[in-house]
Amino acid sequence: MTPADLAAMCALAGLDIVALTDHNTCGNCAAFCRAAQARGLLALAGMELCTQEDIHVVCLFPDPETAGRFEAEAVAPRLSPIPNDPEIFGRQILMDQEDGVLGEDPRLLAMGAQIALEEVPGLVRAYGGAAFPAHIDRPSFSLLGVLGLWDPGLDFPVAELSRACPPDFARRPDLAGLRFVTDSDAHYLDQVWDAQYTMDLPERTARAVLDWLGAR
Amino acid sequence: MTVQQAAARLGWTEFHLADPERRVSGGYAGDLLSWVMGRAGQDCAWFTIMSNQNVAAVALMADVACVVLTEGVRPDADLLRRAGEKGVNLLGTAEDTFTAAVRLARALEE
Repeated sequence: MTPADLAAMCALAGLDIVALTDHNTCGNCAAFCRAAQARGLLALAGMELCTQEDIHVVCLFPDPETAGRFEAEAVAPRLSPIPNDPEIFGRQILMDQEDGVLGEDPRLLAMGAQIALEEVPGLVRAYGGAAFPAHIDRPSFSLLGVLGLWDPGLDFPVAELSRACPPDFARRPDLAGLRFVTDSDAHYLDQVWDAQYTMDLPERTARAVLDWLGAR
Repeated sequence: MTVQQAAARLGWTEFHLADPERRVSGGYAGDLLSWVMGRAGQDCAWFTIMSNQNVAAVALMADVACVVLTEGVRPDADLLRRAGEKGVNLLGTAEDTFTAAVRLARALEE
């Protein structure tokens, strides 16, 4: 999946708001956002941060530059010092908006950063972004999978449910008062869905999306 | 002791035995993958309840002798496939992690 291909697929699928959230990096966000904007989509820059507890948290930012600063200042210094092994985890290619290869990320992005889950909401908000725990209904790399129960003290007003989430899951008593989002979580082009979920926003901007996600 | 000898001695289930003659010289118990990767020793048996495909990747990176899924956990389809592709020794036991680790330690001391 490359930035330009993904943007094209999102446009074909009729999506309106899209975001690129690679594991622990925003390295391809500028390329993706430019390619998506060229197709008329509202594109947000982000990452799927893997915390030290092996919990995935989707972090979204107003623009690729801010996302890049978040990565460089808040995440990069706390990544594993072990380099990536492309034979095991695959290559991590950096591209421009036309899928031209710019380079390869040598860091091990697949493993957790030394960032505690409880730090994430404040860290992301400090960069004008919004964060929500990913696929909390799944057993792997999810807040409920690792912690067992929702902790309201963690300051996440929104949580992501996966596509396969059973309908009554959101009625768990510990999830009362939470708002939910569902997205494709596409790892491959054929997992990009047709548009089927909506957000009620005052305007079609990244700021409005982030405010909706961050509202307590 | 080899992985195959340990499996026979301790009654581990063999999900995928890629290198039965691999030597086991110790153990490591842990479920946080990033933590395990930086700490599990080479040639150890890694005891965990995690069963997603990143377990195989971490086992390779840490160069452990084998993975032992405890508490009766079975590998999911992706993990089994990845272990097969990458040649990771993948075993299992119904015992809890503490019991399985203690039994391996005793067997290694004899």
